[in-house]
Amino acid sequence: MNRAASHVKTIAKRELSSYFASPVAYVFLVIFLLLNGFFTFTAGQFFERGEASLAAFFGWHPWLYLVLVPAVGMRLWSEERRSGTLELLLTLPISPWEAILGKFLASWIFLALALALTFPVVITVNWLGEPDNGQILAGYFGSLMLAGVYLAITCMTSALTRNQVIAFILSVAACLFLILAGFNPVTDLFTRWASPAVVETIAAFSVVTHYDGFQKGVIDSRDLLFFASVIGFALFATAVILRNRRSA
Amino acid sequence: MIRIENLTKSFGAKNAVDNVSFSVERGEVLGFLGPNGAGKSTTMRMITGFLPPTAGSVSVGGFDVVEAPLEAKRLIGYLPESAPSYPDMSVRGFLAFAAEMRGLHGDAGKRAVARVVDLCFLSSVLHQSIDTLSKGYRHRTCLAQALIHDPEVLVLDEPTDGLDPNQKHEVRNLIRDMGRSKAVIFSTHILEEVDAACTRAIIIDRGRIVANGTPAELRAKSEIAGAITLQLAGAPDAAAKLAALPCARKVETLGAQLRAYPKDAAAAAELARSVIELVSREGWKLEALHTEEGQLDEVFRRITLPDTVKR
Repeated sequence: MNRAASHVKTIAKRELSSYFASPVAYVFLVIFLLLNGFFTFTAGQFFERGEASLAAFFGWHPWLYLVLVPAVGMRLWSEERRSGTLELLLTLPISPWEAILGKFLASWIFLALALALTFPVVITVNWLGEPDNGQILAGYFGSLMLAGVYLAITCMTSALTRNQVIAFILSVAACLFLILAGFNPVTDLFTRWASPAVVETIAAFSVVTHYDGFQKGVIDSRDLLFFASVIGFALFATAVILRNRRSA
Repeated sequence: MIRIENLTKSFGAKNAVDNVSFSVERGEVLGFLGPNGAGKSTTMRMITGFLPPTAGSVSVGGFDVVEAPLEAKRLIGYLPESAPSYPDMSVRGFLAFAAEMRGLHGDAGKRAVARVVDLCFLSSVLHQSIDTLSKGYRHRTCLAQALIHDPEVLVLDEPTDGLDPNQKHEVRNLIRDMGRSKAVIFSTHILEEVDAACTRAIIIDRGRIVANGTPAELRAKSEIAGAITLQLAGAPDAAAKLAALPCARKVETLGAQLRAYPKDAAAAAELARSVIELVSREGWKLEALHTEEGQLDEVFRRITLPDTVKR
């Protein structure tokens, strides 16, 4: 077990440092923060709302992550396949799980770092008024879980192909489905031919429904379980895809 | 150390590797030869556990690669075909990563890195990022990664590909030295490497083993093996008289030289004796004489199909 943890750590460390070895990390961080600022203060009408909360900030995250998280995760496996390093990685005396987990965690930590750098918005809202900081903390936690869900899906699509662009498009499509599943225009589409139970089930897959709970300051175990199981499922699918590949 | 039994890998209807069996013991360097697409890399990928076999088994050091992959992989050092590495890392960073993944932490890791850097002549590029290196250095960096844990089994897929002649020479010597204490299998299509480094060679074609033996045994399969080449001053009737020898199959004139081929492999020694007797009996002035050893490339061409031929 100790050995496995050490492998996961070594892989995560390598992966994380490779983000910072190229301009990718810096470009991402700058764009992420700029877009967050734009959505919160301009599109989200932070000031016009006249309330001491970060609803304007968190409300945009499902959409912001839709593009940015796949951009962070698309290279995870595609790049290993394209450059042939997958062959090195999978012939090391480690279980594929250790590699999958190490890579996933590295990207998740990177996203957590990006999210942590939005701290000025917390300071701002605390300076202007008296927000419920517990709610803000729950919001951050939910946002991180949401990023984890998108990231796990990107891991899965990235394992499918050696082409990063394909991995990106597939994961955006999959994540978009998870957002839209709960939206009325989409559920209405299904009600035409599916039974209400099926529609209900599809709607329950919407990340937005589960994400909203966190933004209200409620950490519901059902929401948590939903996020954790989507992450678990996507990473499991990654392992299956990697096992069944024919070549690098 | 490496035991391969009835190994088969099919991709769809095509058998990339077809019922291959062989073994490599400690102290052996096995050269794995074959045209492009013959199944060399696929076989090596199954040995290292990267691809699961369709049928048959591979065991390394007594551990089945499918059933006990971690134990088997621990014994193996592997250089994949294109010598991949992480381009954004430095040579030192990459080797330190490899060492850590092999359970060599702290001082043990540093010592292991220093050892392979020395062995693969990487000290001048130690701090350079891998994507700035020339192909030869990149190749040796990946080779160093394969040696980092001083493995008992080395699987090297075209270890000299893309190296200059000096580097090729160094790597061959390295392989030969490693072979004294390890089980080594390496693939190549450079036939002189077989003589330079191998104790045994296998030729594989379209997924099947078509020849297996020491380099000398393989050479003996050559048409030219055992032929006597001689150069005489004068003696215009020599060709006819040589051809009349009972143990000679045919005589060829190559410029000033004559070459007599033995009737079959067993007749080679007899042919040599008869030719010398004939020369002294006839009183020919002999200027040069030698026995041909046989040529690996001729054997190779004869028993494998070029990949330009439709399969």
